[in-house]
Amino acid sequence: MTDTPSPNSVQTERARSRIAIAWDSDLAYSFRRSPVALISFAVVLLLVLSAVFAPLVAPYDPFDPGTLNLMNGFTPPGEANAFTGETFLLGTDDQGRDVFSTILFGLRISLFVGFAAVALALILGVTLGLVAGYVGGMTETVIMRIADVQLTFPAILVAMLIFGIAKGITPPEYRDQMAIWVLILAIGLSDWVQFARVVRGATLVEKSKEYVQAARLIGRSPFAIMLRHILPNVLSPVLVIATISLALAIIAEATLSFLGVGAPPTEPSLGTLIRIGQGFLFSGEWWILFFPACTLLALALSVNLLGDWLRDALNPRLR
Amino acid sequence: MLSYILRRVFQSVLVLLVVGLVAFAMFRFVGDPIDTMLGQERTMQDIERLRETLGLNKPFFVQYWDFLVRAVQGDLGISYRQGRPVAEIIAERLPATLELAAVSGAFALIFGIVMGIFTAIRRDGFAANAIMTLSLVGVSLPTFLIGILLIYVFAVELSWLPSFGRGDVVRLGGWSTGFLTQSGLVALILPSITLGLYQMTLIMRLVRSEMLEVLRQDYIRFARARGLRDRAIHFRHALKNTLVPVITVTGLQLGSIIAFAIITETVFQWPGVGLLFINAIQFVDIPVMAAYLMLISVMFVGINLVVDLLYVAIDPRLRA
Repeated sequence: MTDTPSPNSVQTERARSRIAIAWDSDLAYSFRRSPVALISFAVVLLLVLSAVFAPLVAPYDPFDPGTLNLMNGFTPPGEANAFTGETFLLGTDDQGRDVFSTILFGLRISLFVGFAAVALALILGVTLGLVAGYVGGMTETVIMRIADVQLTFPAILVAMLIFGIAKGITPPEYRDQMAIWVLILAIGLSDWVQFARVVRGATLVEKSKEYVQAARLIGRSPFAIMLRHILPNVLSPVLVIATISLALAIIAEATLSFLGVGAPPTEPSLGTLIRIGQGFLFSGEWWILFFPACTLLALALSVNLLGDWLRDALNPRLR
Repeated sequence: MLSYILRRVFQSVLVLLVVGLVAFAMFRFVGDPIDTMLGQERTMQDIERLRETLGLNKPFFVQYWDFLVRAVQGDLGISYRQGRPVAEIIAERLPATLELAAVSGAFALIFGIVMGIFTAIRRDGFAANAIMTLSLVGVSLPTFLIGILLIYVFAVELSWLPSFGRGDVVRLGGWSTGFLTQSGLVALILPSITLGLYQMTLIMRLVRSEMLEVLRQDYIRFARARGLRDRAIHFRHALKNTLVPVITVTGLQLGSIIAFAIITETVFQWPGVGLLFINAIQFVDIPVMAAYLMLISVMFVGINLVVDLLYVAIDPRLRA
């Protein structure tokens, strides 16, 4: 009578133990102990989930003209409209669109642009940083010189410029359609330098270690060494920069959209909503601006705090 | 020393050449200049002739060189949208931005230093802690939200200050100034605070940490032992030694103030070059975008260079 566990239970055992290992890790411990990290994570999670499930959560579809009723325009939050008697949680804008629903859909665009831009910056920066650090020589000089020149200018200015150029290249009839992608490109390209610099520095350190020499001796290709050996060892600073970049990218997107050089009114992000809302501030319809602004603030602040916590948690010197 | 200076100057020139190349490429490849200048009815001869007069048939680098020579001479092309020389438009708009930047810089420097000293001396006081916490929130607030908040409180609710524009300006030669009229000065208040707030928190935090560092040193303890008054110690002994890094950072921040003026100018509809740039992006006015890019790079690179050289002048250790 031997207890041979079925393969299935071995797998679940292994899966559970992996979760258990993750739960017991230093990072998870510090996460559980930090109220700031817990609260900001909860806020980010809530915002991300409501953005992902916006079509299910939102009480109205703000982009379906059929459901809009101009009579509902400028309904204050929580009050019944004088003409139709309908109530809206966060009020309505000038066209009678439910502010709560537009925020959910705007959040979707803001988060999508933020994550995609950071992903682009990360892939570009990590690749160039790895190549610069590992290959060295002329390649390194060229890459890092470009990084230096770009670093002379604030990222937001670079993003505006790239947006302007890309807009000039796209034919006018596609501009609104392409705006979101152009925005991602602009913010992503304005932000790769941080990643490249950190990864290059870490790669230079790793390159001289024995495991890299061993891998080289057994004849692995430079590509495989960079991807399979060095990359996993330089990832933790990348994670920190990615989180902080996400907050910056979200703010950059909101700023560009607010300035009118970002998401078009047909696909409003939080920044576009604030831009629209600003026009109604003087006539007393504060809620059209106030609620998108609060959402943006909550999102940027919690991602920022999460990034701060991660930086401290991954820094062994602070333990 | 000399080689360091030469190397820095060489680097700056290189950056400017690269930026010039980007600006030139924008002219040349974003939108066809022939298309923009000639209408629908054109013949092959027209196109050829214009190509000849514009020098578009020359090799790329010859065109680039011509472009640079013209830019240095102040010929920045003609705005697609306004149909006027770009140099003229910029000269008209520049005073507004520079005055705004100067006032915000002064605001950031004065309040930053004063509050930095205050929070360093009263380190554990309630007010100092409140200021530090507020500054953290302030850093997370996007600039445009700060501007809107100030407009809402001081222009809409209290109606103390104007919410947009420069007020009345006085023309002094080619320069238009808002410093000489009451409405001009009042109009400066909200935009300058908006623009300077971020820099102010930066300077405040820097002064605070430098001051705390200096206050721990022996000569301060010695000054205390000599029975000097607190005020003399803080301002005559400690403050002086915190100022070198503050000057450097302020110098470098001057460039970002001019860049971030784009946001503030849009919020307050301030008629400066930043607003001009944003409008140029919206309407794909390439000559204006390229000119703004070159203008701001000259400023940035110039400021960086001056700060670097000043640093060598101030810190004898770098003069090897």
